[in-house]
Amino acid sequence: MEQLLYATLSLGAFALIAGIVLAIASKVFHIEGDPLSDKIDALLPQTQCGQCGFPGCRPYANAVAGGEADVNHCVPGGERTMLSIADLMGVEPKALEEEESVPVVAFVREDECIGCTLCIKACPVDAIIGAPKQYHTVVADHCTGCVLCLEPCPVDCIDMIQKPELLEHWSWPLPDTERAQLGAERRESHHD
Amino acid sequence: MIKSFLNKLGFASARFAGGITPDMCKWTESSAIEDCPLPPLFIVPIKQHIGQACTPLVQIGDLVLRGQKIAKSEGYLSVPIHAPTSGKVIKIEEHAIPHPSGMGLTSIFIEPDGKDVRDTSLIPMDNWQAIDPAELRERVRLCGITGLGGAAFPTFIKLLKDKRNPIETVILNGVECEPFLTNDHRLMLEHSDEIMHGLQIIMHMVGAKKAIIAIEDNKSDAVNAMQQAVSSTGNDAISVASLPTRYPQGGEKQLIESLTGKQVPAGKLPMHIGVLCQNVGTVKAIDDAVMLGHAITDRIITVSGDAAPKPANMRVRLGTPMRFIYAQCGLENFDGIQILHGGPMMGERMRHPDIPVIKSSTGLLAIRDTRMKAVHQVEDPCIRCGHCSEVCPISLVPNLLADHCRNDQLEKAADYDLFDCIECGACSYVCPSHIPLVHYFRYGKGQTAQVRREQSFAEASRLRSESRDARLQREKDEKAAKRRKVRDTLRSESVLNPDNNSAPKSTTKTEGKE
Repeated sequence: MEQLLYATLSLGAFALIAGIVLAIASKVFHIEGDPLSDKIDALLPQTQCGQCGFPGCRPYANAVAGGEADVNHCVPGGERTMLSIADLMGVEPKALEEEESVPVVAFVREDECIGCTLCIKACPVDAIIGAPKQYHTVVADHCTGCVLCLEPCPVDCIDMIQKPELLEHWSWPLPDTERAQLGAERRESHHD
Repeated sequence: MIKSFLNKLGFASARFAGGITPDMCKWTESSAIEDCPLPPLFIVPIKQHIGQACTPLVQIGDLVLRGQKIAKSEGYLSVPIHAPTSGKVIKIEEHAIPHPSGMGLTSIFIEPDGKDVRDTSLIPMDNWQAIDPAELRERVRLCGITGLGGAAFPTFIKLLKDKRNPIETVILNGVECEPFLTNDHRLMLEHSDEIMHGLQIIMHMVGAKKAIIAIEDNKSDAVNAMQQAVSSTGNDAISVASLPTRYPQGGEKQLIESLTGKQVPAGKLPMHIGVLCQNVGTVKAIDDAVMLGHAITDRIITVSGDAAPKPANMRVRLGTPMRFIYAQCGLENFDGIQILHGGPMMGERMRHPDIPVIKSSTGLLAIRDTRMKAVHQVEDPCIRCGHCSEVCPISLVPNLLADHCRNDQLEKAADYDLFDCIECGACSYVCPSHIPLVHYFRYGKGQTAQVRREQSFAEASRLRSESRDARLQREKDEKAAKRRKVRDTLRSESVLNPDNNSAPKSTTKTEGKE
């Protein structure tokens, strides 16, 4: 009986100490915000396009971190983004809902632009410049290709054009040996 | 550590790790440098160096002189471009350049007038000993000089007299370890005095106390010629080193290790260990720039290969189309022939010969398909023989790196120091399974660069989006504050004039709503 008492008391004392330490630690090492959603946000391409069904990249990151959304909704991020999010979340990769598209940028046909500033207001990254009743133009280096400017334009003078291929951005393709191509094919079929 | 200690005691000859001894095929080593005639049309790309492209300064119809600046440099890592001869600018448009992608770049097309008149606006600096190094450095930049060993890095950047990184030793690179190429060899034989003079200018510019001229022992005549040039100057700070022939000894970092036993740390430059390395051709160009005021308008190119009927070393104006140069060597039909820009180990295959030569063109090879296809047609599985690791001059593990690159495991590849690879091709050369290892490394490097570019673009977009949200919020707050202010003013007015009932009523209404 005495042994039982000692055991209970000592275990209880330990539990109390551990509880106090944990309580202090949680105060001292408290982290503002959600570190997981920060990490996911860092993986997203930040186009702010809303194609995932959320109003921007940060809200989608929050939703994935909270388990409310799947990892495969980011269209512009493509397979690479989906894989890295799945890897981070420790879930099985899922096929993308939509086909990956070629990178595009918006282009304003200036002779048709009436200077209404609606596209400027719609651009999530402030990549369109212009003033009321003046031609607007897209800073191609900043455009994420989110297409959010197309819908508000009353005269449909915005085109999405393919991003020009730059010499500096060219990179070597895989060698055209059978083994290299086989590896690439196997990789693709593995994800499907 | 032990190695460098032994070197100091003179027990072991210094050598870089790994390396191979391929068949050198130096067929043109005894052919004197010939002048390549002027082609009917020059194509001058606005970027011939590592760094930012230039902006054209001329317009269609302009008359230019040889050595006249026709495109100005943009940014720090850039040097201007000069007209290769006197003539007329007939068009400025995109044209294919020597690049593995086969892509084009804005180029200035010049039709020569045949007079070949030089621009003499740059005055010779005969009294260079009395001139400030900074001024000489600006001259080197203005004359558009880049490293002529193949990398085309703007030379003036390396010629900086920096107190934090004082240069003690200047190494003159006359190694020329690539098979086939003999342009530096011939240059050392025929222009040893200019090279020696240029070397002294460089030593003055960086304040170096010592200089070593490094030449491989398969060029004993060049060693003798340079030794003679050294003794005629009577400068005992300059020595000539004859190194055993081994590829890739001409790589800057390998050469430094061979000569000094010191390694350039990863991600650092030779200047961080007090060494400046210059190619012999570059030094000759520096001498011309200082002593004659000549901007760089030509370079020496070896034209060789089993498909070239008359291999030669030629002094070629920059911007001359390759087809014209091959024609001088008797090659006109390119069926079944591969064109290489550079040496056989590190050179790049060109898709067609209608591409101009630029500052980085060391050699032009024409190799028959039958000979090229024998290698790297079929890639067999790696048999883990380890030859690639043995020959790697950076002591990497090429077979492992290739696996990571092939499977897009880019982070792992970077962990195994993919970016320290100099792409010398020694591993691909020895691989018994014909694995195109260097090609995999180039693929891996390109993919990594792509990912990094996307990440930095995403980061910039995130900042733009966040600052936009912050601005919208601020505007909203400001509007609300303004409204509150108006309301407060109205309320205070109504307190002052209690007879006027309409204003207070409206305020209470809004207050109630809120």
